[in-house]
Amino acid sequence: MSAAPPTIGGLERLKRRAFHKPLDGLVTLFVAALLAWLAWQAIDWGLLRAVWRAEDAALCREANAGACWSIIDARHRLILFGLYPFDEHWRSTSAAVAIIATVILSCIPWFWTARRLISLWIAGFATYYLLMEGSPLGLEQVTTDKWGGLSLVLFLFSSVVLLGMPMGLGLALMRRSRLPMLRWVASLLIDFIRSLPLLTTLFTAAVVVPILLPDWLQGDKIWRIIIAFSLFFACYQAEVFRGGFQAIPNGQYEAGKALGLGKWQSLGLIILPQVFRHALPATINMVVVTFKETAVVIIIGLFDLLASAQAAFGTGDWVAYYMETYIFVALIYWAFITSLGRYGEFLKDRMKQDDH
Amino acid sequence: MLSWRDFRRMTAQEIAVQIGLVLLVLLVVFGAIRSAQVNLAALGITSGFSFLDRSTGWSYSFSLLERSIDDPYARTLLIGFLNTIFVGLISIVLATILGFVIGTMRDSKNLGLQVISSIYVQIFRNIPLILQVVFLYALLIHFPGPRQAHSVADAIFMSNRGIMVPNLSLPLNFVAGLVLGSVLLGIGAVRYAGSAKRALAIWLAGSVALIVAAVLLLTPDGQALVSYPELKGLRFEGGLTLSVEVVAMIVGIVLYGAAYIGEVVRGGLAEVPKGLREAGESLGLGSFAVWWTIRMPMALRSIIPPLGNQWIFIMKATTVGVAIGFSDLFYIVSTSITQSGQTLELIAILMGAFLLVNFALAQAVNWLNARLALKGYGA
Repeated sequence: MSAAPPTIGGLERLKRRAFHKPLDGLVTLFVAALLAWLAWQAIDWGLLRAVWRAEDAALCREANAGACWSIIDARHRLILFGLYPFDEHWRSTSAAVAIIATVILSCIPWFWTARRLISLWIAGFATYYLLMEGSPLGLEQVTTDKWGGLSLVLFLFSSVVLLGMPMGLGLALMRRSRLPMLRWVASLLIDFIRSLPLLTTLFTAAVVVPILLPDWLQGDKIWRIIIAFSLFFACYQAEVFRGGFQAIPNGQYEAGKALGLGKWQSLGLIILPQVFRHALPATINMVVVTFKETAVVIIIGLFDLLASAQAAFGTGDWVAYYMETYIFVALIYWAFITSLGRYGEFLKDRMKQDDH
Repeated sequence: MLSWRDFRRMTAQEIAVQIGLVLLVLLVVFGAIRSAQVNLAALGITSGFSFLDRSTGWSYSFSLLERSIDDPYARTLLIGFLNTIFVGLISIVLATILGFVIGTMRDSKNLGLQVISSIYVQIFRNIPLILQVVFLYALLIHFPGPRQAHSVADAIFMSNRGIMVPNLSLPLNFVAGLVLGSVLLGIGAVRYAGSAKRALAIWLAGSVALIVAAVLLLTPDGQALVSYPELKGLRFEGGLTLSVEVVAMIVGIVLYGAAYIGEVVRGGLAEVPKGLREAGESLGLGSFAVWWTIRMPMALRSIIPPLGNQWIFIMKATTVGVAIGFSDLFYIVSTSITQSGQTLELIAILMGAFLLVNFALAQAVNWLNARLALKGYGA
């Protein structure tokens, strides 16, 4: 234990970090000026000179008009809900809220037992599906091809995580199995899928699988894509779990044996809880990446957030306002991804403290 | 690997599970073959690779080689493959350079550099790549036409047709030879120069000498050494035109990849023990010398493996080009599938190409890793 360093005042710390040497000071001032200029440009264009309401769209064409947020005002329903029937948009909204609530709730430590987490996700997913599809609740039926926009992104994301997580655990267990056949099949599948771009896997599911399966097995395109995406997620997640398994010392297995527990009991009661804990930061990272990667489904022909955004400025008078629309969509993605990522950082720090 | 003793130690149940799994895999494979035969027969498609000799009859946005719509499928697929490699390698090199700059800035003690680099990472890492690429593409195609093009010193022009830059008046095959020569020189330098610094110096000096010599000796008679783009009527002539698709692809992937590589570099630098930096400083080394001779060589050992993953990621990420019509291998394959119907063969080619490229990249990273390994550390 060394003596505490002398405390430094805020101003002194700023001076040391920003103006340590003359060159440091120059760089800091230059960066500050650059950021201030950029911020001013953004505020001036995006807030001060911006046109906000759909009725004022004509003002957007004036020479000194800034951002034309009228397009968002006029078209936000298309961007957020895609082709979902207009009168039923409340269902799409509540369904999206259900998924977001599920994600937020699963960030709370109280839910971190396998049983609670699984029930939570199944409940959230079922709420989503029942609201969106509608027929079991006696609402008007809306088929999956009408699902779009943000709700579709959330649907893809949550179903991929929900299906992919157990598949990943299964693959990880197979890969470290004592039985060579299980090991080989899992390794082959994992290495194969991981060397291919996600788009290739999804494209195969959308276009090639119908040729390889008899008619009665094909199902909707969206389900084929979700299953392929889950497989992709599972192959990466299996490697994350493998890292978690490697962190467990042999003594833990031997402890299970000494207590007289069977193989599966000691796996479920002793090993897996620790594996999940070790794998948690990397798992959250994987979940964040998955959210981001859902954006490629536009290429396979699903009507996701990006596709609905392109549709929003694709017609009539709105063609010129592509920038506003893309910024709006980028902000939505950014908000989701940054909050998930921040939470991951927070968790990592917390676990580091626990270890000490 | 698998000896008879392993089998003897297994219980009957364990053997049954394995046989069941193998049977399941075989069932899936044969079921797929069977229904493929049925489905293809119903569509009237003959399987096999003979379609590769047929001419395609369609055009696409970008090619490094001469092309026409009469090209056979084989050549068109080769062009797509070269486009993927081309964009992938350029993006890898540029993203790595930018990533090292960003990572070093994030690690620096200067507040200004820290703030701007972390803003960069927060923005570019947290927006989907495909969104960034289509956004860039939309920005670029809304540039003014060639007549009102933005110009930089009348040498570089930016218009909705792409970016025109001055170009050496060398024929394309000489340029390809130059690039190859420079790469070989780089590999040779890394192998035999002994230290990273000397390798870099040899490679830089050698490449510059090669280029100067080639320009002076090989430029065709009667042409200027450098050709500048010039507005002739409605279009530009001379110089090199970088099409909108290529620019959007490369810039998009580089900005995104550099944010990730920056984090890798920062992580690597953070793992170098603080005492090493202090030792360097107490020897009177300046901050650049500490970074270049002490921290970076140490950090590289932990940077290279995740950096290799990023390189493979970038190679795979070129497939998003299809969203803006860039003719990479994925684009060519998916267009070929719609046009020819030879789905299974084309998907096999696509997968095979990516497996090959990623395997080669992984081997290159392993080789680099082994070269850089500290003697006496690890296995």
